Amino acid sequence: MSEGTRVGVVTFPGSLDDGDARRAVKLAGAEPVVLWHADADLRGVDAVVLPGGFSYGDYLRCGAIARFAPVMGEVVRAAGAGMPVLGICNGFQVLCESHLLPGALVRNDHQRFLCKDQRLRVESSATAWTSAFAPGQEITIPLKNGEGGFVADEATLDRLEGEGRVVFRYLEGNPNGSLRDIAGISNERGNVVGLMPHPEHAVEELFGPGLDGLGLFASVLSAGLRAVSA
Amino acid sequence: MGRVVIDVMPKPEILDPQGKAVVGALPRLGFDLFTGVRQGKRFELEVPGEVTPEVLEQARRAAETLLSNPVIEDVVSVRDASAAEVGA
Repeated sequence: MSEGTRVGVVTFPGSLDDGDARRAVKLAGAEPVVLWHADADLRGVDAVVLPGGFSYGDYLRCGAIARFAPVMGEVVRAAGAGMPVLGICNGFQVLCESHLLPGALVRNDHQRFLCKDQRLRVESSATAWTSAFAPGQEITIPLKNGEGGFVADEATLDRLEGEGRVVFRYLEGNPNGSLRDIAGISNERGNVVGLMPHPEHAVEELFGPGLDGLGLFASVLSAGLRAVSA
Repeated sequence: MGRVVIDVMPKPEILDPQGKAVVGALPRLGFDLFTGVRQGKRFELEVPGEVTPEVLEQARRAAETLLSNPVIEDVVSVRDASAAEVGA
C-alpha cells in the first residue's frame, strides 16, 4: 500500500501548518493532496491530516466552527469506514469537537502560550499513525499552543487508559495541565489519532529537534488501509 | 424584533484559567471582597419577529450543539430577552 499512498491535508481559514504537514507527508514517501475546507470532497485520498493553526480564528471554541465545514462531513464518514485520520494541535481540537475523539482541549493551566521541544512517550503503537514506533519509545517534537489542556471526565479517562487509547504522554513535566499527562489519544479502532504536539515540525535535519515526527507519517504508509475503499 | 439570550458557563469541575486570572487582578485594584471568579459566555440571538416557543426550542438546540461543548461547558440559561437587557 505504500506505493503511491495519497495523504490529504485539509486547509481551513486560519490553518497555519498545512504546508509543513504536506511537506512531512512527502518526506515520508507519500503523495500530499491539498484538501479545501469548503469542498465536500476528499479527492480519493487514502488518509487525512487535519493540521495545526487557528481555524476560523478559534472563534467560539477552538475547532468548533471547523467541525461544520463541508469537508468535515466527508472526514467523519471516511473515519467511520476506517480511513486513517490524524489531527495535530488545532486538528486534534477539531477531532474532539467533531466527536471523532472524546474529551476537549482547554486553555493551558498557566494561561500562557507555550512553544518548546517536548519529550513524549509513545504509549501505543497499535494505531494507524504510530505503528512505526516501538511501544514505550520516547520521542521529541515541538509543542506550541495556548489551549492544549486535555480534559475529559474520570470515566472517559479510565476507558481511554483501559483500552490502550492513550497514544502519547508528556514526559519531564506536564506542560499545560492535561489530565493524566495525556498528549494524544485514538479512537477505538485506532485509525483516528489526535495529539497536541507537532510531528510535522520534526521531519528534517537542521529544522526542529530531529526526525522523530517522521514516524507518524511513515506509519500510515504501512497502516492497514484496507478499509479505505469503503 | 425579538432577542434570545443564552448563557454558557464552564463546568464547575473544569479549571477556568481566565476566571483565575481575573480573580487575581481584582484585589490589585482594591476590589478585595471577591474570592472566586468564573468567566462564561453570553450569546444574543436575533429573530425578525416575536420569540415564540419554536424560536426558544431552536435556540436551545443551537445552544447544546454549537454554542456550547457539553464536555467542558453547561448551558445555564436560554431566555426571551426581547423587552430588556439588550447588551448591544
